[in-house]
Amino acid sequence: MADVVQVVGTDDPVRPLFTAAGELKADARNGLGLDAAALRDLYQKMILIRRADQEALNLQRQGELGLWGQYLGQEAIHVGAVAALEANDWIFPSYREFGMAMCRGVDPAEMLTWFRGLSHGPWDPRKYAFAPLAVPVATQVPHAVGFAMGSRLRGSDDVVLGTFGDGATSKGDWHEAMNFAGVFKAPVILLCQNNHWAISVPLAKQTAGSIAERAPGYGFPGIRIDGNDVLGVFAAVRAAAERARRGDGPYLIEAMTYRMGAHTSSDDPTRYRLDSELQTWSAKDPIARYRSWLQGQGHLDDAAAAAIDRAAETMAEQMRSRLRAAVPAPAGEAIFDRVYERPPGPFIEEREEFEASLEGT
Amino acid sequence: MEPVTMAKAINLSLRDALAGDEQVLVFGEDVGTLGGVFRITDGLQKTFGVDRVFDTPLAESTIIGIAVGLALRGFRPVPEIQFDGFVYSAFDQIVSHVAKYRNRSGISMPITIRIPFGGHIGAVEHHSESPEAYFTHTAGLKVVAPATPGDAYALLRSAIADPDPVIFFEPKARYYMKEEINPSLEVPIGSARVAREGSGATVIAYGPTVSLALDAASAAEKENISLEVIDLRSLSPLDMPTILASLQKTHRAVVVHEAPVFGGFGGEIAARISDDGFDLLEAPVARVGGMDAPYPPSRYEKLYLPDVDRILEAVDVALAYG
Ligand SMILES: Cc1ncc(C[n+]2csc(CCOP(=O)(O)OP(=O)(O)O)c2C)c(N)n1
Repeated sequence: MADVVQVVGTDDPVRPLFTAAGELKADARNGLGLDAAALRDLYQKMILIRRADQEALNLQRQGELGLWGQYLGQEAIHVGAVAALEANDWIFPSYREFGMAMCRGVDPAEMLTWFRGLSHGPWDPRKYAFAPLAVPVATQVPHAVGFAMGSRLRGSDDVVLGTFGDGATSKGDWHEAMNFAGVFKAPVILLCQNNHWAISVPLAKQTAGSIAERAPGYGFPGIRIDGNDVLGVFAAVRAAAERARRGDGPYLIEAMTYRMGAHTSSDDPTRYRLDSELQTWSAKDPIARYRSWLQGQGHLDDAAAAAIDRAAETMAEQMRSRLRAAVPAPAGEAIFDRVYERPPGPFIEEREEFEASLEGT
Repeated sequence: MEPVTMAKAINLSLRDALAGDEQVLVFGEDVGTLGGVFRITDGLQKTFGVDRVFDTPLAESTIIGIAVGLALRGFRPVPEIQFDGFVYSAFDQIVSHVAKYRNRSGISMPITIRIPFGGHIGAVEHHSESPEAYFTHTAGLKVVAPATPGDAYALLRSAIADPDPVIFFEPKARYYMKEEINPSLEVPIGSARVAREGSGATVIAYGPTVSLALDAASAAEKENISLEVIDLRSLSPLDMPTILASLQKTHRAVVVHEAPVFGGFGGEIAARISDDGFDLLEAPVARVGGMDAPYPPSRYEKLYLPDVDRILEAVDVALAYG
């Protein structure tokens, strides 16, 4: 991994926590202030979201979902980042962040109605401080920055996390948003989940440079870290968030990870990547690594690990049964609701005509 | 009140909106210190401060993108796009997010996007476009275009107060047209006005073509042809009752806009008239507009844009029909 970079004259509380290779230093790991229960909770969350990911893939294969986008291998980022934030710090996801949403308390069965083709927005973003999915790549990054600018105008100390993939960093919106973040010193953490692939395009074809090193060009620091270490992600996001809360502005974190699954259930990665790559990254699996560390610390015995696995099974069963029971809204509601707060007359007429036509059938 | 220009009327409207609601924010390229390239935001930063009226980096997509984030944070953003031809950079944010965000979140987007539009100013490329049909075609947006200082003031107040996103097209060639305005008059979104009463044919216009239609009506009068002129003011939603009431009298319609005719908003008006008022018609609905060619170099714009003669020719054809 490339060396971290620093903006001259800008304080960078994240960098000292990491080695030049982006690994969390031992003393930083021991100084996180997380007790055994909190450390176990990170493990449990990773197990739960991985089980949910697997269950969603099963449901897709059984025809219950139109599509599924796995985040297998990226759990440390999802769990570590959310745990490092306050509950009212908004998160702006792209489309692969169901693990993050679960960590915020969004019901996985309800979330899946998005993939089932029942809803464009199954949760109330205000309730979870978790924005709707943004499918057009990188378009959510300006929203995150705008929201953070708003927090600053309000004099509030909440911060914002905008997250995106490596492919997103090629888009104009990403660069524009980085630039705005720097100019307005927005309290925003820009978190790149660099999983090495954008569908079939590998990182080397996505960019000739380093993503983290772009931050100084926009006037704030950036760092490349090991994204498969949940405590490393936690430490980086927390330090960047504290910095933003103090009013010192944005921070870019490039978390290196790997997309272990296909791009989505419609994709066939055997057409473009080698098994050997998968094997290399399997050895760095974020959950296996963290489990052996926890066990080594004496924080996770077999009984506790088994109880967590059972909890994951129960959750998966509920996901299945609740998703299958999800009732479609009446067609008129699904199509016309929530378009306008003050719907214009012609729009209301079209809705009424449509609903009348349904009654006739 | 002294007569004011449309530019001043819009400035006053922004000023009153900023004064009346602390959540209103005005931002865009050069809108702060300079007061905008057309001086529409002149003096606003001085009165309301750099937090509420601010210059942004030169990036249309993110000017609109931050508006979405600010709206989610509870603000009422009023971003400016400096010229019509540069809104295309922001098209994705407008269509994919401003228009659809409420649909996927239940959270309203009270964003008013101001865009100076239209030609007749002798400008270089990309400064004279009429992109309204791209936006009327997008569900979730409301689209308006005033033609007079009074309507510009009132419609902008309505747009900023509206809980839904509004694209506010300002006919830049009419920025210096003057009239007395009455700030207490309300103009709701979705209401057209009869700009001139007549009985022979109805000329339907909006934004910069309204005064053209009125000129055509004055010229026609000399030939004893009585034209009614409708100023739509609002394109989406469209005020069909006002159009149909006029056709009850005239039975003939000519739609005029600067945008190219093919795929232009006039096509929607013609189709609606044929849906809802076919029996009223005594001639096909005529459309007069820009040509199906890129907006030309400025020395040719007078030939490209609709003018009084082209409107009157269309009227003659409509009157001679059948
Ligand atoms: C603007 C845009 N272009 C293309 C697509 C189709 N698409 C969906 S995901 C994707 C790759 C994104 O890669 P990356 O940003 O690295 O995120 P990842 O999928 O790896 O999480 C593409 C091309 C899209 N959704 N949006």
